[in-house]
Amino acid sequence: MKRRFNDLLRRLPVWAVWLAGLLPLALLIFDTFAGNLGIDPVRDIEWRLGKTAFYFLIGGLAVTPLLRITGISLMKFRRAIGLLCFTYAVLHVSSWISMEMGFLWSQMAKDVVKRPYLIFGMLSLLILIPLAVTSNNLSIRRMGGQSWRNLHKLVYLAGPLVALHWIWALKVFPVTPGFWLLVILLLLGARLAIRRPLGRGRAKGLKITN
Amino acid sequence: AVALTGKPSSFSTDEKPNSLEEITNYNNFYEFGTGKEDPVRYAAAMTTDPWSVQIDGLAERPGSYGVEDLAPDNALEERIYRLRCVEAWSMVIPWIGVPLSSVLNKAGVQSSAKYVAFETLNRPEEMRGQSYPILDWPYREGLRLDEAMHPLAILATGLYSDPLPNQNGAPIRLVVPWKYGFKSIKSIVRITLTDKQPVCTWQKMQASEYGFYANVNPEVDHPRWSQATERRIGGGLFGGRQETLKFNGYGEQVASLYAGMDLAKNY
Repeated sequence: MKRRFNDLLRRLPVWAVWLAGLLPLALLIFDTFAGNLGIDPVRDIEWRLGKTAFYFLIGGLAVTPLLRITGISLMKFRRAIGLLCFTYAVLHVSSWISMEMGFLWSQMAKDVVKRPYLIFGMLSLLILIPLAVTSNNLSIRRMGGQSWRNLHKLVYLAGPLVALHWIWALKVFPVTPGFWLLVILLLLGARLAIRRPLGRGRAKGLKITN
Repeated sequence: AVALTGKPSSFSTDEKPNSLEEITNYNNFYEFGTGKEDPVRYAAAMTTDPWSVQIDGLAERPGSYGVEDLAPDNALEERIYRLRCVEAWSMVIPWIGVPLSSVLNKAGVQSSAKYVAFETLNRPEEMRGQSYPILDWPYREGLRLDEAMHPLAILATGLYSDPLPNQNGAPIRLVVPWKYGFKSIKSIVRITLTDKQPVCTWQKMQASEYGFYANVNPEVDHPRWSQATERRIGGGLFGGRQETLKFNGYGEQVASLYAGMDLAKNY
């Protein structure tokens, strides 16, 4: 079962994940032009882009725990998932700058360093930039596997920050981002608790570490 | 329901009102959920007829009043007001209603009264949001007596030429255009004249973010976001932002109410 699933995944090309990942954007563009958005389309565009970025971020964080717990490998798609997250994050911030803030640079500059929800959001974007820039084989080769991996561990910080960004942007404690924050913490906890794939022989594992 | 007409008022703005669709499909009415679309989706469950408003406390003629007693057809006025939400968006809304002072005078204000407290209907079986402890139900708000007697403060019973839709606070709600929208309490069942500053729901929940006065003030930021500018609903995708005016542009009429007060402290 697991093997058949992994075989299937192996045959699925990465561009198919990109295509599927860009569907929410295509839908959003369609809804915008078809007038399907609500009374405040600016908010809807901004929120949908932000939420999609967040869900890809959580998806990326889930790849390793999924592999270790179930043996199902999405490793091949992790770069695409991360870059899709970054794409939506950049679009989200662009919609904030242009539609929400109307290019009021002075107010944005003041707010970004003062408002907790913007500090959390901008910090996450700042983290995602170097990760996106180094999401290519050349960077891995240049940096060396270990330092590349260390750099990309910054995503563990970005996840909770984005959840806080969402929570702090609203007046009352919102259930949805609270739930996702819990999921992120569980995914990060799973990494610590389960250091290697489950179900593999202990002796074999020991041999490797010895 | 029958169409309503209100006499034009010199307090009305000549800015273009938002459409009825915008005003009735984008609401904060947490009794029906925290989403902007929740009120239009769920407010139909609220029974607004029969309805009575209990006026008590330091009133000369306390008692239970019908909506038509408080806002009779021949007294209705049209008031086209700007509405500024604490979330930094705004609308222009053509309300139909009566001055709050006329209602308070009907019940008679005892000389010891200093404040007016308001309370929204508490009926969880018809107001699904009240089943969750989002806020401390019932929703409560209050004004100082001189604010309440100011001619700009009205009790609205209509919108455009319609009776007030449920999601906008049917059958009768407060409108105080120089304060953030949350002060304009909806679906009022109780008005209490009192000599003590009333409990206000948002202030009680988070006093550092929501003060008793809640006057629109671009100089005093909400801790979570700036109040310097606002985005007008219906402005299109690239409509941009406009500067927020102190007292929401009603300073000429109301600033004197706060003479000598430090508005950064009394926010």
